Amino acid sequence: MSSATPIEKSVHASEWQGSLKIVDVARARNLAWLHVAEARIRNMLKWWTSIAAFSLGNPVLYLFSVGIGIGALVDANGGSTQLGGVNYLTFLAPALLASAAIQSFQEEMSFPIMEGFEWDKSFFAMNSTPINGRDIVNGLVASSFFKTAITVGIYEAVLLGFGAIDLNVALPMFLSALFAGVAFGSVMMAVTSYIKNDDGFFAIIGRFVIAPMIMFSGTYYPLESMPFYLQWVGWISPLWHGTDLGRVISYGSPQQGWIVISHWIYLATWLVVGLTLAYRQVSKRLAA
Amino acid sequence: MIIARGLTKTYGEFTAVDGIDFEVRKGEAFGLLGPNGAGKSTTMKMIASVSKRTGGELTILGLDPNKRGPEIRAHLGVVPQQDNLDRELKVHENLYVYGRFFGLGRKFLKAKVEELLEFAQLTEKRNAKAEELSGGMKRRLTIARGLVNEPEILMLDEPTTGLDPQARHILWDRLFRLKEQGVTLVITTHYMDEAEQLCDRLIVMDKGKIMAEGSPADLIKRYASKEVLEVRFGSSKNVEIAEQISHLGERLEVLPDRILVYSENGEADLQEILKLGLEPVTSLVRRSSLEDVFLRLTGRTLVE
Repeated sequence: MSSATPIEKSVHASEWQGSLKIVDVARARNLAWLHVAEARIRNMLKWWTSIAAFSLGNPVLYLFSVGIGIGALVDANGGSTQLGGVNYLTFLAPALLASAAIQSFQEEMSFPIMEGFEWDKSFFAMNSTPINGRDIVNGLVASSFFKTAITVGIYEAVLLGFGAIDLNVALPMFLSALFAGVAFGSVMMAVTSYIKNDDGFFAIIGRFVIAPMIMFSGTYYPLESMPFYLQWVGWISPLWHGTDLGRVISYGSPQQGWIVISHWIYLATWLVVGLTLAYRQVSKRLAA
Repeated sequence: MIIARGLTKTYGEFTAVDGIDFEVRKGEAFGLLGPNGAGKSTTMKMIASVSKRTGGELTILGLDPNKRGPEIRAHLGVVPQQDNLDRELKVHENLYVYGRFFGLGRKFLKAKVEELLEFAQLTEKRNAKAEELSGGMKRRLTIARGLVNEPEILMLDEPTTGLDPQARHILWDRLFRLKEQGVTLVITTHYMDEAEQLCDRLIVMDKGKIMAEGSPADLIKRYASKEVLEVRFGSSKNVEIAEQISHLGERLEVLPDRILVYSENGEADLQEILKLGLEPVTSLVRRSSLEDVFLRLTGRTLVE
């Protein structure tokens, strides 16, 4: 009832009321994942210049070197007949989007998780509040999704500028790339949540999982043009599923409907399995 | 506030906490005293509603922590043994973000953060990154952070370990103020002076069990004499000389580096020793402390 002069306000603030009065548990629980995401995004903002430079620099470099350089070679030699009738840049664009999404999630699901569990133990700090393991997983996925959406968004804007994709398929392509990213990211998170110390683990993941995945997932040439005994790498790779999904959306390869559905199902399986394992392991590790 | 009955925690074959009973009442400062590995931290984690008990009963604010952890944690302030601040965030951001975890509103937190900065004497450091702070400052920030939700129970695990004496005294002062405001404190420590300073009542733990319970003064009265005479004769002679002076005081304790004579009048006993023609290298008369209680109960010193 009092008029809110600045002095009265400060007196009010220092009056100890107790958590039973000031904490709304239901609200804290409902928005728990969002509060984790908020904390994580605040942390990311400390690095926003390097994130922005990377998000913009990477696509420009790739498009000039691979897209335009190799593209000129491929297109001049009649490559488009093997690429579903499109030029190389159009063929390449969905793969670049999907791999950008996957790499962005990979970054977010590696060191930040080590940091939370081992280095500054911030997950334990969160877990001493109404937040539990599941909320931490959801919040990290949400914040990674947010960051990846910006990265992929920038990438796509550049691709639009180069004429590599059509504006009318931009949104579905954006979503399919993000979906591939989050599917991979949730599994990556589950794996990382088991790691106790880095020991070069993430360098190994980068060199022996991510790099081969990009090479063998039909990124730079159609999966079918690889020897049959190597094609399995693409079939299990979420990147290939994300890439092929993007290609179907972008320039409608002849296969269509059921292929789109099977890609979504495959990626959704990764997402569900990854999240389930991550929920379990993160909660277990917090309670130890 | 907290009721434990036969509280037990086992990790596989190992029993960290072995069927302990205690109660903590509202507004009291309750201590868990014991050496490293006594089961204090495990007990704290169970009270903090993070680690699940494997046996017995535990009720916090009338709720079962195994089932309603997040709900209980909404009313706790936790200061862990190892500071787990967000190193990249600024001092004031650390407080703000932590407050958000409790679902507290932006407007409330804006005022609260300023108040806590002042409480922790960190107002001038508000824009420093947490990782740039000194040990004592980090500790104060961690404690301030634990107060952001105005907790019913503040839990402090080894609050002053690793701090210099001046920083410890600043912290104790802050904790006294909280107690005056009616906050219930649960503190673990292996420093007897800290336990004596801060705790109204405490349990002495060793190997997962409770050895004794009471106020610091009570425990000293019950398990130790009024005064203690400490004499050193050099490590090789202590045992031999202890036999010669065994008639002195109520009880003797022979440690590797010194002999403790528990007595009502340490000065008089020292005179007796000198009369026997024995010349200690050093001698000291002091009043009994919780350290002596612990030694009596377990045959071991707290800090080994």
